[in-house]
Formats: sequence, structure tokens, C-alpha cells
Amino acid sequence: MNSANRLTPYLFMAPAIVIMGIALIYPLGYMMYGSLLDWNPSQSIEEAEFVGLKNYITLWGDPNFHESLAVTLIFAFVGVSIELVLGVGLALLLDRNLRGMTLLRTMFILPMMIAPVVVGLMWRYMFHPTVGTFNRTLEALGLPTVDWLGQNALLSVIIADVWQWTPFIFILSLAALQSLPRSALEAARIDGATAWQQIIHIKLPLMMPVLIVTGLLRLIDAFKVLEVILVLTEGGPGLSTEILALRISRTATEFRELGVAAAMSNYLLILLMLLTAAMFTLSRIQEIRANRVRAAAEEDS
Amino acid sequence: MPEIHLSQLVKRYGKTEVLHGIELSMAENEFTVLVGPSGCGKSTTLRMIAGLESVSDGEIYFDGKPVSHLEPKDRDLAMVFQDYALYPHMNVARNMSFALRLEKRPKDEIDRKVREVAATLGLSDYLERKPGELSGGQRQRVAMGRALTRDASTFLFDEPLSNLDAKLRGQMRAELALMSQRVQKNMIYVTHDQIEAMTLADRIVVMHGGYIQQEGTPEELFKRPINRFVAGFLGTPPMNFLGANIEQRGDEAFVAGDGFALRLEGAQADAAKKHSAREVTVGVRPSDIDYAPDAPSDRALTLQPLVSEYIGAQSVLLCENKAGNVTVEVKSETPVALGEPLTFAVNPERIHLFDRQSEAAL
Repeated sequence: MNSANRLTPYLFMAPAIVIMGIALIYPLGYMMYGSLLDWNPSQSIEEAEFVGLKNYITLWGDPNFHESLAVTLIFAFVGVSIELVLGVGLALLLDRNLRGMTLLRTMFILPMMIAPVVVGLMWRYMFHPTVGTFNRTLEALGLPTVDWLGQNALLSVIIADVWQWTPFIFILSLAALQSLPRSALEAARIDGATAWQQIIHIKLPLMMPVLIVTGLLRLIDAFKVLEVILVLTEGGPGLSTEILALRISRTATEFRELGVAAAMSNYLLILLMLLTAAMFTLSRIQEIRANRVRAAAEEDS
Repeated sequence: MPEIHLSQLVKRYGKTEVLHGIELSMAENEFTVLVGPSGCGKSTTLRMIAGLESVSDGEIYFDGKPVSHLEPKDRDLAMVFQDYALYPHMNVARNMSFALRLEKRPKDEIDRKVREVAATLGLSDYLERKPGELSGGQRQRVAMGRALTRDASTFLFDEPLSNLDAKLRGQMRAELALMSQRVQKNMIYVTHDQIEAMTLADRIVVMHGGYIQQEGTPEELFKRPINRFVAGFLGTPPMNFLGANIEQRGDEAFVAGDGFALRLEGAQADAAKKHSAREVTVGVRPSDIDYAPDAPSDRALTLQPLVSEYIGAQSVLLCENKAGNVTVEVKSETPVALGEPLTFAVNPERIHLFDRQSEAAL
């Protein structure tokens, strides 16, 4: 009776664990195992030859993989940095009671709600060298046109991503700003802080925890981006916009090397896990600090 | 140090007017307390002086110069907030030195100033701590310290003690009184606590419903309240009010109500004679009523004590009478039996008379 009672919670948890096992652990293990094989899509997994860490080692020395990784890192860090600056800047500007603010906010987050493929198509049209919106406008203004998806492909892709994801940072920053202690800002005004000094000395430091988490979330997302780039450039020209996710899918389908694709996925997974771990560590540190601080304050009072 | 003058100050939020033409002068280095119940406009007035709220109408003058268009930082003020408003990400020293650092004062001067103020407030051991690591009382001191490190000419306090527990509040009140003697600056202090107002103020301004009811020294307001509101607001336990009529009997004036007729003396008698037969409210403070079994009937109130609240040297008796409830403060050793009608004597010089309609003092 007693032991049955102790097991009851596990019984209730069992369905969730089974689903987790089927939907998460099994595919992950399958991929891990697959990355150790020389595996062609026409073979079943039993027929594939076991090659150990060969795929990982090959990738480690593969300049194309390096280039793809570099493109991914540049895309993610440059894109997210621009998004952070714009998003926070907009939030600082719009943190006031304007008429129609609710409507404005809703409009701001529209880009986030559009399907990535649609975003890709939209921007491909706008970036089109002759009939695209941008070049036609530049021409009309008598300015030289830009080879958007050619020489400046990576920049163009970053612009599209910034357009889609700045609102995300804007919304979270605005929420953080509006939850700042009003009286501390009033105290700063009385202490003689100009609007700019209030931002530098009070608002930004107090928003920092939210900004760090938001930034990390965006980075993790940016590492996995696929559809927009697939539609916009298909990774070209050359390898200039071939982000890792895209290279993985091409390795699996075009080059028919499932093992290598799996190994590449694992490298990406490790990178993302490092970022996630960083995020968790950070929030954990904040939590521990907050607890210690609270304990200290209670002890004193 | 400026002489501050509020001229016909009006504040509106949308169509709602919350301050209706405040007219007030505060002399140099005076400790002025704005006191009143919640929503009376005292905090709004203070925030308008600080520059945190815009002025809808009227003007604020510092030494004769209009300042209502100036930013808070250009008004040379320091302010202590109810919730302390410390900067949570800065330690105590940086909180206290924030204004000086913005002014780009030399580092050693800032350091000296912070240490000096921290020493007077007993904060020297806490300079490295963040506000979250301090107790309520310590945070309160840091908030004071932040105001003191600046050599501002005017100090504004917005209910600075109301978040502290009773004991700490008493202690900080005493420290504040000491500090105000030492620094000799303009102090404007907002509170809803009339004890704080009475103990700290050079001058009290009682506000109610967006109007100034009365201003003056604590003693003036306590002894000669201008209307029923002020009389009831200042003093604990609060003043008793009984409905009555003025009656002239021969050469003498009486206030007579249900079950009592008190003979008036001195100025009250003179005032009453001009308003013969007027309906009035009689105000008597609990401390001006005493247990006196053989009091003459023209001074006597018959009261039935229901509850006795022992508070040490004094006891507060909650009594019933035909005209209403009456609170009496007596020495705690006074032998009173609860539930029996007893005779109490009213000090005739301390009777306050208010017009029943206008509630203004006669």
C-alpha cells in the first residue's frame, strides 16, 4: 500500500514521459546514431556503414562548413545586435501615453505574425534588381541602384530578418520599461539627470536582465533560421548566405549524405545548447543573488 | 533657502480639478508641513513644487522668480519619496552620490561628502550594499542621505515615514526633527499623520478637498481651529462634536443640547451672544473633559462610559450620551464604573463652537 502510494505520482507522469520519449528522445538518439554512419538516403539505417567520428572530423576541416558557420554567426550576431539597438531605441521613444498607442503596438508586431515563407517572398520582390520596390525608388530619386540579392545578399537577408524580429525586442523592451519603478525615475529627474542620462544611468541598467534574456532568445532563433533565406537567396550567390540550417538540408537532400547532415545538426545543437546554458546560468545567478539579498535584508530588519 | 510662494495654484486632470487655487507663502528656512486626508491634494501640491507635475494654472515663485516652466533639476531641490525611490542597481554610496556625479564634481569631494552624510545617518558600514540588501529603516536613511548629500536649498518630503513600522517611525521622526534644526533649509513635508505634522512643523497647512483649510503654527491650529474639519483632524483622540443651540439666559450665554446646557465664558460667550439662537456644533477635546461627580450643572455632561481603553498614564473612555458618542481622556487611576451614567465636567474655556451649516468657527 505504502509503496504503491509512492509510485502513484510516477504512474501519472508516465504518459508524458512516454510522449517525451517518442517525440523527443528517440529522434534525437536516432540523429546522434545517424551522425556516426556513412549513410545514403537510398539505404536503410541497418545497411549504412558505421564510421565513428569520421563525419565530425571531416566537417571540422571542411572550409565550406567553416564558411557556412561564419555566415551563420555573422547573420545571427549582426542581425540580433541591430534588432536590439532598434527595438530598445523604439521602446525608449514610444514609452509614453500616446493616443492610439495600442493600435500602434499591434501594428508593430504584425511582421512577427507573418509566415516566414511569405516574408521571404515579399522581400524577394522588393529586393528584385529591376522591378523591386527599392531599386525603382532609388532610380526615381536618381540614385544608383543596389545589387541587393547579389553582392549584398547577406546584408539584404539581415535587413529582412531585422524587419521581422525588431518588433519582438520592441515589445519586450517596452514591457520592461513600463514596469520600471516610476519613483526612481522621478528621483533621477530631481537629482538632475537629463533624459539621456536617465536612459544611460537608470533605464538601461534596470532593463538589462530582460534585454539579456531577449537577446539570447533571438540569437538561438537566428541560428535556426531557414525559410526566409531559402526563399530569398537559396544560400547564394556562392555560399554567401548559406546559413547552417540551409547547408544541413542541402547536405541531406542534394548531396545525399545523411550522416554528415546529422553531424552538422549536432554541431549546431551544441552551439545552441551552449547559448541556452549561458542563458540559464545567467538567470540562475540572478535568482541566487536575489535570494541572498533577500535573506540579508530579512536578517537585518 | 528661497522664499517659496504658491500663487493661485490649480491642478486639473482632464476636466477634474483637484487643486482649486492654492495660495501659500513659505518663509526662508521654514519647516512647513502639508497635512490632510488621502486625496486632499497635498502630494500633488508638493509634486508641483518639485516639478514632477505640471501646473495647470497659477504660478510657483522661488524668491519672486516664476519657476513652473523649469525642469525639476533646475529648481535646486532634493526630495525624499514615500517608497524611497532608491536606484536598485547602485550601492548606497552611488545612490547617495548620483546627483554629485551628474554634476561632475571632483571625485574626492564626492567621496568626502558621502562619508560625512553616511556618518551622520549611521550608514558608514553599508556604503557598499545595494538597496535590496537593506532593511526598511536603512533604506529610509539612504533616501534621506541622498537628499542631504546635495546642497539643495529646499528639501521636499513626500510621506517619508509612512512605510515604516510604528517604533521606527517615532525614531526617524525624532531624527528628522534634529536634522531640520541642524541643516536650516526650506523643508516642505507632506503627511497624513497629524502627529508627524504637529511635532515637526514650524507651520502646518491643513488641506482638504483641494483647498487649504487653515495654516499656522501647530499651537494656533490646535487651540483655534478655523472650522470643524481642522478641529476634528488635529489631535488624538479626535475632538468630540455635539449638536446644540445657543441660548441667551439673562446676561449669560449657554449652549444647550440634548441633556446638557453649558455656560460659555470669555471670548466664546461674546461670540455666542452675537449669534443668539443659532444652531451650532459644540466641539470639546477629550482632554478637556474630566470626571467630576460634583460638577455644577452649567459645566456638567452626563455620560455613560461603555469601554475603557487603558493606554498607560491615561485611559480613553468611550461614552454614550443622548446627543451622541463622546470620548473622554482621564488619568488611568480615575475610578469610573462602566455602564453607569456619571457626571463629567467640561472646561468652559476650551469649548469650540462651529456653525452647524457652514462648519466655520464662530
